[in-house]
Amino acid sequence: MIRFDAVTKRYPDGTVAVDSLELTAASGQITVLVGPSGCGKTTSLRMINRMIEPTSGTIWLDDTDTASMATHELRRQIGYVIQHAGLFPHRTIVDNIATVPFLLGTDKKEARKTALELLERVGLPPHFAKRYPAQLSGGQQQRVGVARALAADPPVMLMDEPFSAVDPVVREQLQDEFLRLQQELGKTIVFVTHDIDEAIKLGDQVAVLRVGGHLAQLASPVELLSRPIDAFVAGFVGRDRGYRALGFTTAGTLSTRGEPTVTLGAAIPKGTDTDTWLLVVDAQQAPQGWLDLGADFTGHETVSDELLYRGGTLATQGGTLRAALDACLSSPSGRGVVVDDGGALIGSVTAREVLELIEARETERQP
Amino acid sequence: MIADVVTWLTDSSHWTDTKFDTGIWTQLLAHLKFVGIALAIALLIALPLGLFIGHTRRWGWLVAGANALRALPTVGVLVLLTVIISPHFQGRTDTGFLIPTEIVLVLLAVPPILSNTYAGVQNVEPGIRDAAFGMGMTGPQVLLRVEFPISLPLIFSGVRSATLQLIATATVASYLPLGGLGRFIYDGLAQQDYPQMIGGGVLVAALALLTDLVLATIQRYVVSRGITRRFSSKQAVPDSRIAAVHETDGAHA
Repeated sequence: MIRFDAVTKRYPDGTVAVDSLELTAASGQITVLVGPSGCGKTTSLRMINRMIEPTSGTIWLDDTDTASMATHELRRQIGYVIQHAGLFPHRTIVDNIATVPFLLGTDKKEARKTALELLERVGLPPHFAKRYPAQLSGGQQQRVGVARALAADPPVMLMDEPFSAVDPVVREQLQDEFLRLQQELGKTIVFVTHDIDEAIKLGDQVAVLRVGGHLAQLASPVELLSRPIDAFVAGFVGRDRGYRALGFTTAGTLSTRGEPTVTLGAAIPKGTDTDTWLLVVDAQQAPQGWLDLGADFTGHETVSDELLYRGGTLATQGGTLRAALDACLSSPSGRGVVVDDGGALIGSVTAREVLELIEARETERQP
Repeated sequence: MIADVVTWLTDSSHWTDTKFDTGIWTQLLAHLKFVGIALAIALLIALPLGLFIGHTRRWGWLVAGANALRALPTVGVLVLLTVIISPHFQGRTDTGFLIPTEIVLVLLAVPPILSNTYAGVQNVEPGIRDAAFGMGMTGPQVLLRVEFPISLPLIFSGVRSATLQLIATATVASYLPLGGLGRFIYDGLAQQDYPQMIGGGVLVAALALLTDLVLATIQRYVVSRGITRRFSSKQAVPDSRIAAVHETDGAHA
């Protein structure tokens, strides 16, 4: 547990970066600090491992006042991940990961063995161990950065915009793996980001800070979306809040109906008058797209890739209401395609059915 | 003329000592001694100072001050120091000449080493320093384990340029009654023996090149491959496409 007790950071020129912050980051949970630039989120994070010293107030690490410890001792107990990873370019990947164990005097062989395990844990192949940071892409370097922070198995991790310097696809991958890792490890994590979507995706609780270092709201992501405390938070959390909040409610088992399909590569069937859209699946029953039977098929004998309409998203059985609704809204036939965990077709639902489910949930919640 | 120089250089009697003349080998060793002593003292002064200034970011004016020393006229300072120092040493010793020479040479070698060391440490990416401190390294650990190895290429280039300058300038020792390769240049000039004078110059140049080659070789082995980026072709820096493939590999590993 990390507790901010009336923590203030005032610079000599009079700027107040953080103003009597009261905040508790619960053990084993991800607490995300989010806010516009200049809100003091990074300053708050860096005061935890005393990269910045607070002007007044106390930061507690469990029952220890962090100010009472030697800074280097304190920092060795706290994992630290920064934006561009900050790997040491002159050391191999394995030695980068083993940095803190080396500092703690762990046997070199032992430390490297642990480092190798961590390399695999963050999803990098073992032959990367002997490489240097310059030989890795940004996303890979950031994985190494996470592994390095984990090397001495610290109970607490501080992460300062760790995923903001990589492209969106890699970022999403890293976020997903980070959540998976956290499920296994259960660290106490304080995470700084300026991206509210990242905050909502990753946080067990989210602290929204406003410029001048004031805490505006501390809440779970779903509460933040449904009950922003004031206009600032509402504005910062952004549009489509109701829709995004659905992303936190599981749909339960959707009652689907069977969907007629045609297999990719089969002959184009004759259209019926009632329904012009037909679902196309591959040999493994995984939905590929929709076929417009009313279209002009001159020059085509079989169902081929270029005939498909691929705009529809897929909902996974057991997934969120948001995904189910989105599947319906994005489907040209109005029927949302539901698949199982392996990606094989189960059936379809309509937007009306999903909405009924949402309304039923609302009634349950407010009897 | 060139043929005369070659003849002078290839005459084996010029290389070894005779009753009347000191040979090339002996003067070469003397030259290396002047350079070696000056380089050692300059390193002892400039390296720790540069590391300290770069790490603490204090006393930066010292670097600018040291660079201003480069403007001093070498021979002028040498004569001045000799006039002041040599009367204190009497008898059959050349210490009275050696000390002024070494002072002049050290003054010359300190600035490039100092400013390159300082620049090397100061230019270490802030993110890397931040990470090093954040991992729980103490100040000296950050300096010695992170900043120093990362700034080695710049430090080496400072040492190499200082060494070249030392080898060239150590010829002034022969302006005083001291040995060194400058002996051939000054004597050649005085005796209008131009093959000897140019031969001396060629020897100085050859020594400079050879020394630089030795230092370059040392640098190659001392500086981490992660910094020089000399990777074997098998594990070359991945271009973005290969990197993307690895990224996906990683995700499913």
